[in-house]
Amino acid sequence: MYRYDEFDHQFVTDRAARFRDAVARRIDGSLSEAEFKPLRLQNGVYLQLHAYMLRIAIPYGTLSSRQMRRLAHIAERWDQGYGHFTTRQNIQFNWPKLKDIPDILDSLAEVEMHAIQTSGNCVRNVTADHYAAASADEIEDPRPAAEILRQWSTGHPEFAFLPRKFKIAITGAPHDRAAVKAHDIGLITKKGPKGAVGYEVLVGGGLGRTPMIGKTIRDFLPKEDLLPYVEAILRVYNLYGRRDNKYKARIKILVHEEGLEKIRDQVEEEFAARSKEGSKAAPPPEQVERILAYFAPPKLKRRRRRSDKLDAAMAVDPTLGAWVEANVAEHKRAGYGVVTVSTKPIGGAPGDASAAQMNLVADLAEAYSAEEIRVSHEQNLVLPHVALDDLPELHRRLQAGGLATPNLNQISDIIACPGLDYCALATARSIPVAQMIAEQFGAGERARDVGELKIKISGCINACGHHHVAHIGILGLEKGGVESYQITLGGDATETASLGERLGPGLSFDEVVPAIERLVDAYLALREGPEERFLDAYRRLGPDPFKTAVYDAQSEAA
Amino acid sequence: MPLVRPTGFAADTWFRVEDDPERQPHAGMAEEEAVGRILPLARALQALEAGAEAIGLDLPNDAEPEQLETFFGRIALIAVDFPAFADGRGFSIGQRLRALGYRGALRASGGLIPDQFAYALVCGFDEVEIDDARAARQPEAQWLRDVGRPGWYQRALTAPGAA
Repeated sequence: MYRYDEFDHQFVTDRAARFRDAVARRIDGSLSEAEFKPLRLQNGVYLQLHAYMLRIAIPYGTLSSRQMRRLAHIAERWDQGYGHFTTRQNIQFNWPKLKDIPDILDSLAEVEMHAIQTSGNCVRNVTADHYAAASADEIEDPRPAAEILRQWSTGHPEFAFLPRKFKIAITGAPHDRAAVKAHDIGLITKKGPKGAVGYEVLVGGGLGRTPMIGKTIRDFLPKEDLLPYVEAILRVYNLYGRRDNKYKARIKILVHEEGLEKIRDQVEEEFAARSKEGSKAAPPPEQVERILAYFAPPKLKRRRRRSDKLDAAMAVDPTLGAWVEANVAEHKRAGYGVVTVSTKPIGGAPGDASAAQMNLVADLAEAYSAEEIRVSHEQNLVLPHVALDDLPELHRRLQAGGLATPNLNQISDIIACPGLDYCALATARSIPVAQMIAEQFGAGERARDVGELKIKISGCINACGHHHVAHIGILGLEKGGVESYQITLGGDATETASLGERLGPGLSFDEVVPAIERLVDAYLALREGPEERFLDAYRRLGPDPFKTAVYDAQSEAA
Repeated sequence: MPLVRPTGFAADTWFRVEDDPERQPHAGMAEEEAVGRILPLARALQALEAGAEAIGLDLPNDAEPEQLETFFGRIALIAVDFPAFADGRGFSIGQRLRALGYRGALRASGGLIPDQFAYALVCGFDEVEIDDARAARQPEAQWLRDVGRPGWYQRALTAPGAA
């Protein structure tokens, strides 16, 4: 894992001191509320419905046991004993007091963490595949590049006041677990003409009220050009992105209105001009070496491909078997697995974890996963390097902590935004809808039979719950004072990305679960076999049979 | 209107016509009278085309910096407009002007706040122009404190004024 050097330490400590100073200047009137706001946001402090919210960066979703314990400590000391993992691999605390926030930032700095640029109109936390350095299909660990991007984007003087927020995601594997096509810049690691590793660069993806799938602006970018090229994109965006309307200010709108060709020409021209004079954006080689060294693979003992111990335990414990089947993915090293720790217990709030659970995961990472933890954009936690031999014991301990729900990628593995329960922007509840669906289907045999089905719920059109790229998306709006839920089908956040299509008129809160039931029943009746996922069936059949299932049955019932 | 420089507050020796009714331009005004005046962009371009030297001009943040490139040697001051402190377009314009080779004085005009002063300097600006009310509310010490940062991740960024 990356470790701070002296400069990182200095920077983060100084930044916390600056925020303390800004709070003081807000209080003495030197800074107006409008002037303080972007400073507060760029330090991760939001004003929510009931209280301030602090969003802490977890760069590219990687945490050490020590850092996780510190998050647990913060939850207990300054919050209500829990935290909320987000779709951007960060963690949010919903109940800190503004006066405590500088102390929390100091506490974070001690474990090489911060809340810098987790909000505001700047380059946000760079996200990456949560299976990085572990998955069998990976070309290269994307995190060194993500760390290089983190350093480059942190406190960048030119890009601290962009037209709007800017999100970058990177995957090192062809199977995209990082939703890179739904980001302002998406980077896909690939092999170039002579076998050299580089990136396909996408631009202009995003969700929100105008969802767009990112478009390829450069088919292959040599690795060493990453920062100069990304800087050229940011400069073109900062110069030409719209500032007259915050809903049209993301780069996706610029690309859409100007056309990909024009933006590409501008970016390539900027990139070429700066390259000619010797771009100042490229990191010094010794810094790249230092970063790479920190991401050397963990020393894992050689093991046999199959684990007799695991096989024997699974033979007597079907619960273990179901969990291994659902939550353990293939590791690049024989005899190891990538374990997803579900933060989606049936009936719980997706992404929430108590301080006790955070401490437990920290202990388990120390015992079984080279002290490493990941946060997935689907709001789960991941132990990336677990020996198959250790799975029975790990499972037992997760069960004891309420963290062994065997539901990865299943119908109850729902992404939900905080919704009306926490968020000042929300128009409808999200978490209760997720809880009801999870309770209806559970994580047992029925859910396993339904197979991979991604439900994502947003409580307003800003789409923080990623509903546009869900197999079944649910968007909560407000119509005439009551909640109205729109269903979209056929969205996909992976390498085969697509946006969901609206199924029909909105449904009331009470109609949502029965509608999901009917969609699932229709799918089970129509699928060609268990290997045809809901998404595949929808793509084969189109919306009609699903429309009929939801709305005809509804009118019959009426 | 005071200026903020890395050394502290300074008086502005430039003026804008619209701020000074005594010195309105008139037909037949000699080009040299333009010295010390910050001209609107269109007027500045005319003067530059006519061969004027030591021109000061206001550059709106939706104007292309490239159109000034051929005149750089005869421009003494470019004041880049920041219509609001949260509109950071001018930071890229500053960078671009320096990258194109502009060596004259570069000023950020508008409502920047002390927390942006160091950003402006690193992006190539020499000074920030603020109004009297801001200078009173955000005194010199607050601006200078921002200059004493530990440094930048963008380590290769160069000192103010250098390309």
